[in-house]
Amino acid sequence: MTAAFLGIPAPPGVGQLRGGRPFPAAARDALADSQLRRNLGHATGVIRTKRAAAVGELDDWEQLRLAGEAIKRATMARLDDHLVRLEAEVTARGGTVHWARDAHEANAIVTGLVQATGATELVKVKSMATQEIGLNAALADAGITAHETDLAELIIQLGDDVPSHILVPAIHRNRAEIRELFLREMPGVDPSLTAEPRRLAMAARAHLRRTFLRARVAVSGANFGVAETGSLVVVESEGNGRMCLTLPETLITVMGIEKVVPSWRDLEVFLQLLPRSSTGERMNPYTSTWTGVTPGDGPQAFHLVLLDNGRTAALGDAVGRDALHCIRCSACLNVCPVYERTGGHAYGSVYPGPIGAVLSPQLTGIHSGSDDNASLPYASSLCGACYDVCPVRIDIPSLLVRLRTAHVDAARDRPLPTAEALTMAAAAWVMSSPTRFAAAETASRLGRLAGRATGRLSSLPPPLSAWTSSRDAPRPPEETFRQWWSRTRGGPAHPAGQANPPPPGGFAGPAGSAEPRGSAGPAGPAGSAGPAGSAGPAGSA
Amino acid sequence: MNAREEVLARIRAANANAGVGLGGGVRGPGADDDGDIPREYHRGGGPAPGSPPLLDLLRRRLVDYRASVVDAAPGDEPAAIRAALAAASAEHPRGSAEHPPPSADNPPGSAEHSPRSAEYPPDSAGRGGGAVLVPPGLPAGWCPDGVVDGGFTAVELDGFAAVVTGCAAACALTGTIALDGSPDQGRRAITLVPDVHVCVVRADQVVHGVPELLARLDPTRPITLISGPSATSDIEFDRVEGVHGPRTLAVILVTDPTDPTDPTA
Repeated sequence: MTAAFLGIPAPPGVGQLRGGRPFPAAARDALADSQLRRNLGHATGVIRTKRAAAVGELDDWEQLRLAGEAIKRATMARLDDHLVRLEAEVTARGGTVHWARDAHEANAIVTGLVQATGATELVKVKSMATQEIGLNAALADAGITAHETDLAELIIQLGDDVPSHILVPAIHRNRAEIRELFLREMPGVDPSLTAEPRRLAMAARAHLRRTFLRARVAVSGANFGVAETGSLVVVESEGNGRMCLTLPETLITVMGIEKVVPSWRDLEVFLQLLPRSSTGERMNPYTSTWTGVTPGDGPQAFHLVLLDNGRTAALGDAVGRDALHCIRCSACLNVCPVYERTGGHAYGSVYPGPIGAVLSPQLTGIHSGSDDNASLPYASSLCGACYDVCPVRIDIPSLLVRLRTAHVDAARDRPLPTAEALTMAAAAWVMSSPTRFAAAETASRLGRLAGRATGRLSSLPPPLSAWTSSRDAPRPPEETFRQWWSRTRGGPAHPAGQANPPPPGGFAGPAGSAEPRGSAGPAGPAGSAGPAGSAGPAGSA
Repeated sequence: MNAREEVLARIRAANANAGVGLGGGVRGPGADDDGDIPREYHRGGGPAPGSPPLLDLLRRRLVDYRASVVDAAPGDEPAAIRAALAAASAEHPRGSAEHPPPSADNPPGSAEHSPRSAEYPPDSAGRGGGAVLVPPGLPAGWCPDGVVDGGFTAVELDGFAAVVTGCAAACALTGTIALDGSPDQGRRAITLVPDVHVCVVRADQVVHGVPELLARLDPTRPITLISGPSATSDIEFDRVEGVHGPRTLAVILVTDPTDPTDPTA
């Protein structure tokens, strides 16, 4: 199905799904920012502990995960039917449904809807879909001001910054930085503002209150859309979501097509999985659901924009489609050793972390080996922590490997092979012949000279510098495995069953497991066999 | 092809390409055809609705997320509501820094300044100068000083100090209260803009888990699930209570162990 990944019938998504640089280059800058690393280390540490406690309270967590996974899989298999049903129910209850093939089309639809109301400003609930399509910039081009109302989004917007986390877009900022930002950018802020999170939250409350009360139009995303009833669901904490969903006259909701769930009952699964996975709470403070328009309660005009933007491209891959099951909890970011060190900006896309590394390249497609998003599937150690915490059991490590495979396969067909392909071809040539392999092993021992001081090789000449630019290579051993084998047991002079000395380097387990020294075979001088094996003859090589 | 037809066609092509979606153990479009979903998580079987262990759990979970809880016997709602309002008023007095008095930056009639004092008499207890809002169907006598919601604008709603409502159901396991816009709860805006929400929960409305909660709700109504006062974790993942929604949530749990018809008896 590799061909399906690149040769999909559906066009790729566009929008804020790729950065200006490949991951390794962007990550290098992030890693050099010690403040960023402290902020991220603290915040991810806090949330990992909270999540573990909230999940640990439920003895049916795994059953919930299994149900969540199964619901998502079944939904995708009949995604067209569910969307048609959702559309019918929303329409029947007074809403209007729009379809958008990509980000441009969605932005045009929303802009047109806002212009039709005559409003020149609107309030927004934090939404990944509208970040993905770059809605705020599109609205600004049309002279419409979008006020972000989520605290973290406000921090981002005031600082002219970009989000770095799915749930807490300003996770890279600490309280002192946020206080400075508020003092500098927030009109009318109390100059005695402290860095206490509660005081900062109060400042945001005062700042946004008037904006909420005068807003005539709101834009939201949706966590779920229930096909059977036409109900939309927004899960939030601060009440800014309720403000946007309740007070304005017109509500426009942009929802990725993969957010549909078949039945109201399915929410009983996701409303348990999502809050415990994302903020580590038993339940988030506020969940709002609405179905079309309710006379006398809330917005009297409701528009639902269903967004593709590359989702159908991902759906066409038998394995990669699982990334569409994501409910945007961000638990995989918080446990990821790579994310914890680089933060979200290095991923370029609005979807960072492990899920971003599988979702973004699939939404955009990878157009060439030098595509910035081509590096994302490599931004992982494949440790598997993301899979363990994923509330809908997305096997992110397997998806990463799949995308790496697709990337390598695509590079194979190019007229000019990549350095990696050349290296691999050379390695294959060497390793397919015992003689060549033995010669290469012996040659590698030259590297011992370079690593004498530290036991590590931290700078090798090209093309090996591609490896050592971001990690050390170990100093080659004083004796290759084949040499050791031939010396100790592989040689014809070796009587079967004779005890052998451990290989140099101390990998032979506890010293107690070694046989009495005197029994070392003739090929292995006794002096080289003991714990002081480094003094053996090979040590002089 | 219009966008709708094109997106639907892409989905069908994608599912065909991935080898799924063409019958064979796949759930149909209806919600009833649910057989392939393993629903082995708890969907009931916990303590009976309204039973003492459940009420205890609800109290603990509410308090854990910084709501206040008091018990009241049936008939004692008015006194309990009065007490809850007085306690909340002491916690967030109007005219404080969080509700600044009128100024050049903040003229009378703006959102920050209550129009209430001019348009409505202060409530009879003289609490902080802000009036108490009630939905049209709140049981008679629960809040005699309350101003019945008559479709106030958002700015007008901001002039109220507090709101008193009933609820549709409550979930003990998560400390969640559900509102569904019934007459004793009112439209969504009235429980959002005032800074204090006093919510009366009857013991028989309390269920154990999230599945039981959702099963009690009508999805075609506008529903708000509330778990404690508004909060944020946006600064260093520290949870802080009190952002845009009500900063005070006071729950009055109506239960009468001596009533043989009460489920707690």
